[in-house]
Amino acid sequence: MFAYVVKRLISGVLVLTLVSMGIFLLFWFGPSSPAQPICDRETSNRCTQEKLAVYEKTLGYNNPVYEEYGKFVKGVFVGRTLTIASNEYPCAAPCLGVSFRTKQPVKEELVSRIPATFSVAIGGAFLYLLFGIPIGVAAARRRGTVADKALVSSFLFISSIPYYLFALLTWLYLTITFEVPLFSDTGYFAITEYGPFKWFSGLFLAWVALGIFGCTQYTRFTRGAMVEALSEDYIRTAKAKGLPSRTIVYRHGLRAALVPVVTIFGIDFGTLLAGTIFTERIFEIQGIGWWSLEAVQGRDLPVVMATALFSAVVLIISNLLVDVIYSVLDPRVRLS
Amino acid sequence: MTSVPMTQSSAAERDQHEGPFLQVENLKVTFPTQDGPVTAVSGLTYSVEKGKTLGIVGESGSGKSVSSMAVMGLHDAKSAQISGSIRVGGTEVVGLSESHMRGLRGNSMAMIFQDALAALHPFYKIGGQLEEAYLVHHSSASKRDARRKAIEMLDRVGIPQPDRRVDDFPHQFSGGMRQRAMIAMGLINDPSLLIADEPTTALDVTVQAQILDLLQDLQREFNSAVIIITHDLGVIAEMADDVLVMYAGRCVEYGTAKQILTSPEMPYTWGLLSSIPDVTASTDARLIPIPGNPPSLLRPPPGCSFHPRCVHSSKVAGDLCSTELPELLPASSGTAHLKRCHLTDPVGVYRSEVLPEIAPELVEETR
Repeated sequence: MFAYVVKRLISGVLVLTLVSMGIFLLFWFGPSSPAQPICDRETSNRCTQEKLAVYEKTLGYNNPVYEEYGKFVKGVFVGRTLTIASNEYPCAAPCLGVSFRTKQPVKEELVSRIPATFSVAIGGAFLYLLFGIPIGVAAARRRGTVADKALVSSFLFISSIPYYLFALLTWLYLTITFEVPLFSDTGYFAITEYGPFKWFSGLFLAWVALGIFGCTQYTRFTRGAMVEALSEDYIRTAKAKGLPSRTIVYRHGLRAALVPVVTIFGIDFGTLLAGTIFTERIFEIQGIGWWSLEAVQGRDLPVVMATALFSAVVLIISNLLVDVIYSVLDPRVRLS
Repeated sequence: MTSVPMTQSSAAERDQHEGPFLQVENLKVTFPTQDGPVTAVSGLTYSVEKGKTLGIVGESGSGKSVSSMAVMGLHDAKSAQISGSIRVGGTEVVGLSESHMRGLRGNSMAMIFQDALAALHPFYKIGGQLEEAYLVHHSSASKRDARRKAIEMLDRVGIPQPDRRVDDFPHQFSGGMRQRAMIAMGLINDPSLLIADEPTTALDVTVQAQILDLLQDLQREFNSAVIIITHDLGVIAEMADDVLVMYAGRCVEYGTAKQILTSPEMPYTWGLLSSIPDVTASTDARLIPIPGNPPSLLRPPPGCSFHPRCVHSSKVAGDLCSTELPELLPASSGTAHLKRCHLTDPVGVYRSEVLPEIAPELVEETR
């Protein structure tokens, strides 16, 4: 197991290297010069050829791409000092560059936004698992009944609504139309600064939106996996042993049904942790998703690059965790 | 827990009870489907005494497993309608409450299934699954007792190093060992009735023989009533005292193993015997299959359900075979031998037409 994890981590680093190269090349060979956005910004959209040349020179965009990629990688490990026009910006390791807009090191801003994104992801995932799995189990036990059919079709209806529309409508109705007091001020308020209640009430609506939407999906996953598990031969064996039905359903059925659900969850949760652009934008939570959206709109290339790399790291780790958990859940799976 | 007094009372009943341990009378199992009711078993009557083995033979879908699962109460009450009478150790189990049924299942009666890889839970250790079966019927026993019992049972069924293998998962066992573990799990509560549903189907021939030997040894030791469900007449010849031949949900022939194997009187049984390969026959010899397919239980053929495939129905006067269901009547070889057939001279037909084809060397002896 340990050797497997090390092997996977090494391959994760390789993937990360490739992803960073890919992003760097896209950045470099984009439709306009990579210095164009910052030149436009610094000169209030009066960027001339001469000014652009200054930015290109100081940012090193005249050098060969491999040389600059080398500098970028070196900066990640030992830090570097970036020069933009006539100003110098120190950037400590791990340096992911300096934001074109704020001139702050990208890494610091990234770290400061992680708590918001993780709060949204963990709360939302907690809610949808808390409701999705038990409802799925209940539906599977009653499969074919009117209650089951009504539940499955209504949940399918909710899942069919695009998520951004669903989240937007949730916000619109609960905050604007009905002015529910608890939901009046959405956003991320650090628990250390504003206290737990403000933190909770600011995020609650985002959790509800993610929770309801995820719950409809996880109910369907769990129900499907559970229906399959309950029709297995070992369930009949458990019944023939004289076990009570609760033990049969949970210890024998759900135990087996959880494996595919956990697999889907691992990937889903990784995506949530990498930043939920719609949720953060709609509920005004200043997390990584919001930040990356702003960076794209403002053509803040170092930030775009950093958020893309961050997503890659989170997804690599969550994939690894899924595989490890999978081997723990299913003893037939051998990691090698 | 209510299972303690229940276990004791059923054990007491078991000992006081007289007559065959399992008595099935006029059992009928119907599954309602969207296309109408499917009668998987009807009018089935048989009994098994302690220490005896009943073999149930028939094609897939003939109702072998369905009838045994009814005995164990494994059918979903919502999807199966069961009528008739099933008495296990004197207790009527048709209509018995689920909680009482649970006290009997795995305790006074146990079932072992074919394909032990699918029938054992893949995520739990063998030992854990055995312990669970023991603890559910011995609520006062400790986890350590259960583990000791599990190791003892694994040892008893011939698993080498049982104290180590008890912590293995099913996939770490070989096919034969898994079936042994399955048997150990079935016998862990010393049941008086053991139902083995095709216990050797998924195994290779040498392992099959070992498993059958083991079942026979254990039956002698535990003095339990055994039902063995199979489509392999070789298994019947080795194991069974009595044989029940099923076709389309009905008993078509019932008798001692000797009667069924040496003087069968029902064309379907003849067909089963004809379709066994004979290792001593020449390689050119062809197997004689039963023509056609098993009938639909949704719309069973009128009259004798075997008549559309029966090559001997022309020997019966008129259209009796296709209009009237033959009753289960005593055959000519003895009162315990029952058959469901309109043929007036089955013994004659068997000797003159069937026997020369399946065992020509026997024709001389019987004359």
